[in-house]
Amino acid sequence: MSEHSHEEHHELGFIRKYIFSTDHKIIGIQYGITALCFLFFGFCLMMLMRWQLAYPGDALPVIGTWLPERYMPGGQMTPDFYNALGAMHGTIMVFLGVVPLAVGAFGNYLVPLQVGAADMAFPKLNGASYWSYFVGGVIMLSSFFLPNGPAASGWTSYPPLADIAISGQTVWLFGMVFLITSSLLGSINTIATIIQLRAKGLSFFRMPFFVWSQFVTAFLLLLAFPPLEAAAVMQLMDRLAGSSFFLPSGLVVSGTALQVAGGGNPVLWQHLFWFLAHPEVYVLILPAIGIVTEIIANNTRKPIYGYKSMVYSVIFLGFMSFIVWAHHMFMTGMGTTMSNFFQTTTMIISIPSVVLVTCLIISLWGGTIRFNVPMLFALAWLPMFGIGGLTGLPLGLATSDIYLHDTYYVIGHFHYVVAPGTIFALFAGIYFWFPKATGRMMNQTLGKLHFWISLVAMNGVFFPMFIQGIAGVSRRLHTPITYAHAQAVQGTNVFMSLSAWVLGAAQLLFIINFFISMKAGKKVTSDNPWESTTLEWATPTPPPHGNFDKVPEVHRGPYDYSLPGGATDFAPQNIA
Amino acid sequence: MDTVTYGWGLPPNVSAQGAAVDQLIIIMHWFMIVLFVGWGLFFLYCLVRFRARPGRKASYELPQTKLPKFLEIAVVIFEAAVLIGLSYPAWSRLKNDLPKPEDAVNIHIVAQQFVWNIHYPGPDNVFGKTDPKFISDSNPLGLDPSDPQGKDDVITVNQLHFPVHKPVLATITSKDVIHSFFIPVLRVKQDAIPGMKVPIWWEAKDTGQFEIACAQLCGNGHTLMRGFVSIDTPEQYDAWMKEQLAELTPPPAAATQPASTQPAAVQ
Repeated sequence: MSEHSHEEHHELGFIRKYIFSTDHKIIGIQYGITALCFLFFGFCLMMLMRWQLAYPGDALPVIGTWLPERYMPGGQMTPDFYNALGAMHGTIMVFLGVVPLAVGAFGNYLVPLQVGAADMAFPKLNGASYWSYFVGGVIMLSSFFLPNGPAASGWTSYPPLADIAISGQTVWLFGMVFLITSSLLGSINTIATIIQLRAKGLSFFRMPFFVWSQFVTAFLLLLAFPPLEAAAVMQLMDRLAGSSFFLPSGLVVSGTALQVAGGGNPVLWQHLFWFLAHPEVYVLILPAIGIVTEIIANNTRKPIYGYKSMVYSVIFLGFMSFIVWAHHMFMTGMGTTMSNFFQTTTMIISIPSVVLVTCLIISLWGGTIRFNVPMLFALAWLPMFGIGGLTGLPLGLATSDIYLHDTYYVIGHFHYVVAPGTIFALFAGIYFWFPKATGRMMNQTLGKLHFWISLVAMNGVFFPMFIQGIAGVSRRLHTPITYAHAQAVQGTNVFMSLSAWVLGAAQLLFIINFFISMKAGKKVTSDNPWESTTLEWATPTPPPHGNFDKVPEVHRGPYDYSLPGGATDFAPQNIA
Repeated sequence: MDTVTYGWGLPPNVSAQGAAVDQLIIIMHWFMIVLFVGWGLFFLYCLVRFRARPGRKASYELPQTKLPKFLEIAVVIFEAAVLIGLSYPAWSRLKNDLPKPEDAVNIHIVAQQFVWNIHYPGPDNVFGKTDPKFISDSNPLGLDPSDPQGKDDVITVNQLHFPVHKPVLATITSKDVIHSFFIPVLRVKQDAIPGMKVPIWWEAKDTGQFEIACAQLCGNGHTLMRGFVSIDTPEQYDAWMKEQLAELTPPPAAATQPASTQPAAVQ
């Protein structure tokens, strides 16, 4: 097997090996690098918006003069550009940054290794999935060069606003079709790989929790994305072919009657959109929980508490995530039956999340905790995700949502879930698996600096959002201080913007660390530098095409750390 | 209460029905704080007590504890109690117990980019018929000129007046895109969706001058879509209404949009 792949390896030219690769590890790294670039780019968009929010109407020095006049005349941000930045920030962070990093990069790189396979089930499909994502990303970016700029109707693209918006919206929809296709191809591949290619002895309940999280995530992507793809095509038809799926009769825009057939319903889009976008939240968070679990088990040197209940919880979460979507829509005029149903399912879905967090915290009990950089990020994930999850409760109850809906409270809530939540877990994963992928360790001092500054700055950005939300400040306001109730909390905006820029600067530490460590980091002396139990560490470093020197066989569960009577404090899965 | 001082924290609640909303927000935050602090203390304790030290070994045995089970049950009971005891009844009161039109101040709220049109039925308490085909600059809601019941209708822009201690029954819709009608001090929020007419109600328990905010992104003027609320004494309200009616003589809806609220470029 490895002989064969070794030969193949030599026949491949640079382009087949590194560009149009079918090796899951190369594709994973392609996904990872691309997604990290998009994450940073999406964050830069936000840092621009934070200028307008902290100093509304002031000209942005230096950088403002570099940007086109149509976006920032005289360095002042136009409302159109502000809305475009907001829409593109959301789209890029979710669809081009976090999902490709969590699922495309970590899923691709690790799932075959952790299940003991030579590659994904469908290597060419895997390549197609990456390139579809890449094309989607290029299309999204290209919209910044349109004369009217990119989509500006929010990442949620609610019609009729999105239906009648400038041409950037059409480009957004085309981009989304490619991104959705990419996720669909990837999810089929992950499901097939996990079901079919597990090593001998790797039963479902011996799979590392990360594989479980990717497994459930893949089902969410597979089942939730098609409705959005359909919805995106319907919105395209509304915009290009004169249909009225989302346009009711009698629309009058700026004093002129809209010449459309009418008879459509704008709320239909919201149902289709959130039917995807709520499971999408779990697509973001489940791989993060998977990564955190691996790292906590490794660095407490003991088995995970309640592994089985965590698996059942994650499956239950997956199911439930399909029937909570309309809690995003309580304010659309929902009656009691609908709202009671969705409030109830939303409260129910909080239970497995509590199980997951509780199991991970109890897993610390009785361990010997090593505070290395991956572990710091993984540990910080717990309280940060805790805040994100808990603040979802008053939003999930229709009555308290009346006040909090569409305020900054919502933004604070989901950013805690996704930014110090998911993104911290992704950083943890990068620091943790970097030595496997490159053969070198990342610098721990720079890593700790990156961690502590990011932790403080992230809370500086996101915590004041709850204060603003409670004060009633609506989201997506170009100049919040138009409102008296927003003026009262304007000071927090300055603080948040400063925190955001500090956070941006801290990411430079990560970027520097990443590239310098790749070239000059401390070389690992073993294939298993963290002394871990799971199969990916049983490969040569970095793993060659085909992964394993000899086909692994699994003899035990994923987290046999500190097994009594062992010579070492870890018992790898492939060792009898 | 003529001017409100906004600050950090919930703005003052001047509505009769908003107390239920506030109560739930406050209860949920106490619950969150208790859970977070409890978890946090346990978490920090574990980090300190189980830090790696030379000579210490981790235990392979998992802790035998009923703690998670108790926590789960406590959370389930609490959430069920909040749902059944507070959220269901409050929501159904808002949605199902609409005041009778004859006991309430009846208005229509029609949002558009980027103003709030407030439509009062006038002394006959019957709204005139509207049709988009009649919409013009001087007739923003398209009141049918041939409908006698529309002759006494009052339409204001961004000016919402109503009397204190009397329920207001409002029907909300939009002419163009989705907006969201939000009066923070009244704990009132409802999306204004074209093609849908959604009834909502509230009752003020205090007079004063407040603001209407738009809570849903509606285009490049979203941030400017600020309306004004005046909660009047019944006498003030009657006087204000008389003034509006006096301005009605020729055609309906003399109120046109002030130029300043119209952003230069409208999508």
